[in-house]
Amino acid sequence: MNVENESVRLEKVSSTKPSLNLSRLFNQQWAAIGIVILLFLIAFYAVGGTRSMGVWLGAISLGISMSLVAVGVYITFRILNFPDLTIDGTFVLGASITATMLINGYSPYLTLPVAFVFGSIGGAITGLIATRLRIHSLLASIIVATGLYSINLRVMGRSNIPLLNTDNILTPFVEPFREFVRATFGTDYVRYANNILTILLIGLFVYVIKFAFDAFMRTELGLALQATGDNPQMMRSLGRNTKTYLILGVALSNGLTGLSGSIFAQYQGFSDINMGLGLIIAGLAAVILGETLLRPTTISRATLAAIIGMIVYRVAIAAALSVKVPLPGGEFFRIDAQDVKLATALLVLATLWLTRLQSNRKRQTNATD
Amino acid sequence: MLQIESLHQIFNQGSINEVHALRGIDLHLPPKQFITVIGSNGAGKSTLFNVVAGVFSPTRGRIIIDGEDVTEWSEHKRANLIGRVFQNPLQGTAASMTIAENLTLAMLRRHRLGLRIGVSRARRNKLADLLAPLHLGLEERLDDQVALLSGGQRQAMTLIMASFSHPKILLLDEHTAALDPATAHRILDLTSEIVGDQQLTTLMITHNMQQALTFGSRTLMLHKGKIVLDIDAEERKGMTVQDLIDKFSTVTPEVLMDDELLLSV
Repeated sequence: MNVENESVRLEKVSSTKPSLNLSRLFNQQWAAIGIVILLFLIAFYAVGGTRSMGVWLGAISLGISMSLVAVGVYITFRILNFPDLTIDGTFVLGASITATMLINGYSPYLTLPVAFVFGSIGGAITGLIATRLRIHSLLASIIVATGLYSINLRVMGRSNIPLLNTDNILTPFVEPFREFVRATFGTDYVRYANNILTILLIGLFVYVIKFAFDAFMRTELGLALQATGDNPQMMRSLGRNTKTYLILGVALSNGLTGLSGSIFAQYQGFSDINMGLGLIIAGLAAVILGETLLRPTTISRATLAAIIGMIVYRVAIAAALSVKVPLPGGEFFRIDAQDVKLATALLVLATLWLTRLQSNRKRQTNATD
Repeated sequence: MLQIESLHQIFNQGSINEVHALRGIDLHLPPKQFITVIGSNGAGKSTLFNVVAGVFSPTRGRIIIDGEDVTEWSEHKRANLIGRVFQNPLQGTAASMTIAENLTLAMLRRHRLGLRIGVSRARRNKLADLLAPLHLGLEERLDDQVALLSGGQRQAMTLIMASFSHPKILLLDEHTAALDPATAHRILDLTSEIVGDQQLTTLMITHNMQQALTFGSRTLMLHKGKIVLDIDAEERKGMTVQDLIDKFSTVTPEVLMDDELLLSV
C-alpha cells in the first residue's frame, strides 16, 4: 500500500513560525542586554569610574568560579525536570573536601576530581531516595542537604577553614603572570593580575567542562537523559528504566556543583559551612537570566547561557552593593551584603513572574494567529 | 505469541471505590495475527492494554509473551517485547528533541546505551533509508524539533518508533482517535502498511465499528471486563456493523446499547 498523502506529509511549519516571532525575540533580547548595560554603567559611575575596576573584575571572577553551579541547576531544573536542592549541600561538600585536602598537603589538582566524585555521590543519593522510596524530589533533596550539613562539619572538623598559606590550582601561574602584567602594562595594573588570571584560567577550565558536557549530551546516554526529562512515558515504552537516567542526571548535576565548590573555595581562600545557603536561588537566577539574555535553543547554547547568567548575576549583585543614594539628611542609603539574599529572592521572583506574564501573552497571541 | 490466562484486575481492592475492571480474560493470540478490540467506555479495553504493557500488575492471572511468563516484569523490561502507540499524540515522542534523536532512541531499543555519539552519520543514513519508503517527508527534516510537527505527524513517528525493532506485540490504543478524519485515515493506512510489511502481532483498540471489521483478521468485543464476542476471520466476512450490533445484543440481552456504541456506527 502506498501512503502518498498530503496531510501527514510534513509541511514546512518551521519556516514561517519563527520568522514571525524573530523580531519580537530580538527586541526582548536587546532590551534585556540594554538594561543590564545601563545598570552596569550607573553603578560604575556611582562608585567612581575606573577606580572600581577591581570590584567588577572580582564580581566576574566570582561568577566564573560559581558558574558550574548554574550548569548543574540547568541539568536538574531544565533537562531532567527534577527540581533538586541538594546543591546547597554538595557545593559545601566540594569546598570542605577541598579545604581539608589542601591543609593536609594534597595537590590542588587532585581536589577537583575528588570534589566532583563526592558531589555526584550526594546527588545519586537524592536520586535514589526520590526514585526508589518515591519521595518528592524537593523533599528528598532537602533531606540529603540537611544530612550533608553534618557531614561537611565532620569533613572539616570545624565550621570554617581558611586557606591562606596553602597552594591552590592557580598558585603556579600567579608569579609569572604578575611579572607579565608588570612588564606589559605597568605596576598600576598588578593589583588586578589575580582577578584577570582567575578569569582567564578558571574561565578556560569552565569552558572545557562545558564543552565536555555538551559532547556528553550528544551521546546515547545524553539523549536518554534528555528524553527522560522530556517524556518519561516514551522512555519506558522504549524499554528504558527512567529511574537509572534520573539518578545519573542528578549525580552529574551535583558532581558539577561539587567541582564548582572546590574551585570557589580555592578562589575565595576559605571553606565555610554556610557558604551553600540559598545557593539554589543564585543558580536559578543565573539560569533564568541566561535564558532571558541568550534565548538558547540548543543544549550548548543553554549551558553557555547558564554560565553567562551566573556572571551577569554576580555583576548585578556587585552593582547593587555599590549603589549609593544620597538622602536628604546628608546620609547615604546603601544596600548591604546582608540584603543580598533578599534582593536575589526578589529578583528571582520578579523574573519568574515576568516569564509567566510573557508566556501567557505568547499563548494569547498564538491563539489569535 | 500472546497468551492471557484468567486475567483479573481489581482497583482499590477492599475499599468503597473497588472497581473490578477485568473479570477473567482468556485470550490466545497466534503470531502475525492482527486483532481489533471494541467495547463501550469502561469495558476494560485500556486496562487490558495497560496490564499487558505492564503499567499495572494484574490482581490475578498470567500473561505470557512468546513463551515467556512476563506477569511480574516491570513496564520498561516488558517494553523490549512490546511496541505501543497511545491515543494522545504527545505521549509517544519527546517534543524538545529532534526527529533524528527520537528515532535514534527507538532504534537503540534493546541495545546498551554508551558514550558513542547518539545521532552518528551512519545512523542518520540508516534512518533516512528506513524512512524514505514511507513517503512522509520525515527523512528531509531529521534535525527539526518534534514540537514543530502536527499531531498526525507525531503519531506517524510514534508508530514508526514502536515498530522499529520488530516488537513481539504491537499495542495500538485508539491511536487515531485524537486526529481529524483525513489524518486518521492516513495513519491507519500507514498502520496497515507497517503491520503488513513486518508481519507484526497486533492488538488495536478502536471506537469505530466499521474500522474494527475492516482491519485485521479477528475482532474482540469487551463488555464489563469480559470478552463477550470473539469473531474470527471466517465469521467476519461480509459482516456489517448492524450484524455486529445485533450479535452484541443477543450476547448481552440485558444491556441497552449505549449511545457511544450507536453513534460510532
